[in-house]
Amino acid sequence: MQEIHASQIRPPFYRDERVLGIFTQVLVVVVVVGLGLFFYNNMITGLREKHTVAISFSFLGQVAGFDIGESMIEYSRERTYARAFVVGLLNTFQVAILGIIFATALGIVIGVMRLSTNFLISRIALIYIDFFRNIPLLVLLIFWAQAVFLKLPRVAEAIVLPGPIFLSNRGVAVPWGLPTESWSTYQIILAAGLVLGAAVAYFLREQGKRTGRMPLITLWFLVTVAAVGLIGWIFLPQPLTFDQPVLEGFNTQGGKILSQQFMALLSGLIIYTAAFIAEIVRAGIQSVSKGQREAATALGLNPAQTLRLVIFPQALRVIIPPLTSEYLNLTKNSSLAIAIGYPDLFAVAGNTILNQTGREIEMFTMIMGTYLSLSLLTSFLMNVYNRRIRLVER
Amino acid sequence: MKSMRKLNKAGMILSMVIGMIIAACMSPAAGPEVVESDEAAAPAMQETQTTLSIVQERGHLVCIGNAQLPGFGFLDSEGNFSGFDVDYCRAIAAAIFGDADALEVRPASARERFTILSSGEGDVIIRNTTWTMSRDTDLGMNFGPTTFYDGQGLMVRKESGVSTLQDLQGASVCVVTGTTTELNLADQFAAAGVAYEAVVFEDFDQSFNAYDEGRCDAVTTDKSSLVSRQTTLTAPADHVIINVTLSKEPLGPAVRHGDDQWFDLVNWVVYATMLAEEAGITSENIDSFMDSNDPNIGKLLGLEGDFCAKVGLENAGCFADVIRLLGNYAEIYDRNLGPDTVFDLPRGLNSLYTDGGILYAPPIR
Amino acid sequence: MTTAADTSLDRSVMPPSERRTLLGWMRRNLFSDLLNSALTVVAAAVVFLVALLLLRWALTTAQWGVIPANFNLIMRGQYPAEEAWRLWLALYLLGGVIGLMWRLISGKFSTAALIVFLIPLALREVPLFSWMTRFHLLVVAGAGAGAFYLGAYLPIQRSVRAAVYVLLGYLVVMLVILRGYSGDAGPMPTVTTILWGGLLLSLLLAFFGITLSFPLGVALALGRQSKLPAIRIISVTYIEFIRGVPLISLLFMGQVMLQLFLPDGFPLVDRVLRALVAIILFSAAYTAENVRGGLQSISRGQYEAAQALGLSTYRTTMHIILPQALRAVIPVLVGQFISLFKDTTLVALVGLFDLLGIARTITANPDWLGTQQEVFVVVALLFWIFSYTMSYASRRIEQRLGVGER
Repeated sequence: MQEIHASQIRPPFYRDERVLGIFTQVLVVVVVVGLGLFFYNNMITGLREKHTVAISFSFLGQVAGFDIGESMIEYSRERTYARAFVVGLLNTFQVAILGIIFATALGIVIGVMRLSTNFLISRIALIYIDFFRNIPLLVLLIFWAQAVFLKLPRVAEAIVLPGPIFLSNRGVAVPWGLPTESWSTYQIILAAGLVLGAAVAYFLREQGKRTGRMPLITLWFLVTVAAVGLIGWIFLPQPLTFDQPVLEGFNTQGGKILSQQFMALLSGLIIYTAAFIAEIVRAGIQSVSKGQREAATALGLNPAQTLRLVIFPQALRVIIPPLTSEYLNLTKNSSLAIAIGYPDLFAVAGNTILNQTGREIEMFTMIMGTYLSLSLLTSFLMNVYNRRIRLVER
Repeated sequence: MKSMRKLNKAGMILSMVIGMIIAACMSPAAGPEVVESDEAAAPAMQETQTTLSIVQERGHLVCIGNAQLPGFGFLDSEGNFSGFDVDYCRAIAAAIFGDADALEVRPASARERFTILSSGEGDVIIRNTTWTMSRDTDLGMNFGPTTFYDGQGLMVRKESGVSTLQDLQGASVCVVTGTTTELNLADQFAAAGVAYEAVVFEDFDQSFNAYDEGRCDAVTTDKSSLVSRQTTLTAPADHVIINVTLSKEPLGPAVRHGDDQWFDLVNWVVYATMLAEEAGITSENIDSFMDSNDPNIGKLLGLEGDFCAKVGLENAGCFADVIRLLGNYAEIYDRNLGPDTVFDLPRGLNSLYTDGGILYAPPIR
Repeated sequence: MTTAADTSLDRSVMPPSERRTLLGWMRRNLFSDLLNSALTVVAAAVVFLVALLLLRWALTTAQWGVIPANFNLIMRGQYPAEEAWRLWLALYLLGGVIGLMWRLISGKFSTAALIVFLIPLALREVPLFSWMTRFHLLVVAGAGAGAFYLGAYLPIQRSVRAAVYVLLGYLVVMLVILRGYSGDAGPMPTVTTILWGGLLLSLLLAFFGITLSFPLGVALALGRQSKLPAIRIISVTYIEFIRGVPLISLLFMGQVMLQLFLPDGFPLVDRVLRALVAIILFSAAYTAENVRGGLQSISRGQYEAAQALGLSTYRTTMHIILPQALRAVIPVLVGQFISLFKDTTLVALVGLFDLLGIARTITANPDWLGTQQEVFVVVALLFWIFSYTMSYASRRIEQRLGVGER
């Protein structure tokens, strides 16, 4: 091919694809670099003239001076801006991780409901999906925060569920474990339980491969961990004491308080994302060809086994990639917390810190860098996973 | 195919190199040279592109204001802006154009306002903005004369029986983020050793809505705003502003650093309204002063000396226009916050020094 | 009836049974076995309860007065009432343009066309509307029908390209009508974009966002697939960067930082335009990824055949590859457009008064305190109607083109 091509008469340079290729590239790079520099120059000169403040991240070490409503780590107004940033980041993680877990669970349930033979169940799932996929998340979140959670009874008239769980427009107060001295020992025992569980799972899998009868690995794993945990609990003197919320003064005291903003954000994200996950799950299950199911039935597998051993592993291959991007979307969408007052990364850094310091460029660099690295990390893991499960075609 | 790939790679490298060269040509990286050119450029800049000339060219003033604070800056259902702060925006427009409506109010959140100003998108902030040292220095602002002396307060439900900070132990407090109130709240509660939950919102509407619904036990902001906002609660009579002042809050207009002429103009428009009240000139009786022999009045109304020219305005009666169109300080205050309004806010500190307040405008001479 | 095959998830292919009565249908679809019957009963109870609560709220508790009282705000924000006729003019033209485009693309009056034509007529039945509004809607429908029939006399027929030009022309004309040109006086005084609001702003942002982000997205997708490494690297960097950050951070940057990047004294960029640019830049990256999926689905043979025919790279792309690639991804693209439309609500967080922004100001109005439920339900429904229509249309197109069945 190549030689024949070369022996032909060369076209004039302005139609030669190779020359054109180089030319286009040079042009594009020049334009992009030029624009970038143009913006950069304007920014630098603008900063010098207007702000008289150079770009620097040293302000992160200064005292923040403001309080944050909820934090997973110890924080107070004497801490630094950097600490406040971390508080926001952890809050984002908290919402994102819980959101992902619950949205997946709800999404799978609704996706399976959608495929149910029961007309009513399948219709309910369809209505759910069609409704929540077609309204803006932000409207849902604001509605949820202002028209649902804020309209709950005031804390003095809180709804008390057994537990006791206090339900009010301040949020949900639930009983929570308080660590005692033996807690650190118990943590080690739990870790040991995990290792043991993993070992059992590995052993069962190897055995399953040998005998051809796959046991319920996940179940045995959980049983092992639970057993170790239970034994540890019995032998140690109470690693956790249960702290129950009580109504005292203005708020409920003790226990764990899940604030109204947190609950509104979390439930909004779950409800919205679950509709998308349901569609992904449905499409995944439907992508497994009918023949697979029939073959499984012919082999004498019961429906549960068919779903677990035949349908699901194959559906997973289709489900995982869009599911990951849905997880990423959920994480990025959690930045809408700013609309309902939950102190996530964007609200703390892009709103409060930025307001109090006026450091737009520095803060935006940090915020976008954080989200970007999260996203790139996920795509990287995704690619690795995809390569592992890729169907090897003949 | 292989040679093609090689060529493409060569193209990429070539384009990179060219890009770098362009970068080198355009970038102001060379240190001393830049400083020089900047210094040379700065004065030239000021002659051609003063804020005033930009405003005059544009034909209207862009005033960064509030859309959510009845009495100060509020967007009514007809889509018009009104309020005390908005009237000062109108006063500046009146001084420049002789037309109080040559104005665009750019509603901004507490968060945006300074960035909008420093990016040149607005000309002046009049948005219940507290004058603080770090804003004056770090943020590159210049604060004009205080138009409203305020203090941060706390509003609670009457039934809670709260009267001091200590009573609020364990309470939830609603606050707007990006404000000095957010910092004062943290400071004062920490100093008093009172534990509390800060419930932070992005704007007044949300903050007061949450308070009204019982999400918070107290809401904090400037006392004037509390008074103004109390009227918008479901049951205004059930709430009380406790007698605790968390901070000093001098509210006034702010402009960018570096344009002194514009700064002067904003200052003197504000002072003119106070001087008019001192002299007893109102929008109604101003014409009867037009033949006044009092030199102080003459200077204020542009009858003698050319004081408007000193702030860059050609219209010699610039302050007279302000008074004619907006009235003096007392008129502006009464129209928006006075006894005839729902707020009925006593003047208190915001009275002339002759009436026991602290409004003391320097003389026009 | 209890064999394994019967518990299969897809029963649509079961042979029709003789019991095609309601009872038979119910037995098959609702009460096929014990578990199913239990599920049906529980689900029916839940549905009944939810419907009861919703109805009770809608009919008794809800203060619907807030909607008619603020109807104009919801529809057009602060757009001055005396200039509202210009919105109707733009709508007349839109009716005409749709009629004309229908003629140019499809050429025949189908059921779908009838449905489109009936929309304005159906809207006339909304009890809230004044007789003026109904008259305007009648004109819109008339303009559509008129343009469709007059379009038959045009020299150009069955040309998608001509339809695209008509659409682009309309965009420009509409902007001029809405924005005005004659300064503060004259027949069409300028209405600054900051006054555009409500549904008007939401729809405009979505409309322009879609039309402008689409070409950019296609260009980026082609760039990402390009043989030229510099272009590929730039495209990939752009796409991955934008997809990695939340839209709200771009919107914030546009609002507070854009002016920093522009030279001193540069005329101020319109705030609505800034939001629009952020939306376009954001959406283009997602469109690019969707289009890339289509490009990858094109087999090598198509490229090789085009090359064998002696087509240039440009022609291969424009006439062979893109039409096939785009058709393959219509459903995903529509999905992307829907999410762009929904994402326009984020501009409320940067101080624009789109549908959601207006809703927030209404609920803060002292006269209408405590009406969050009513206002936000209406806003959500408005968004739902538009999004659902788009997704429904896309499903129909998908079926018509037979995508996914080949």
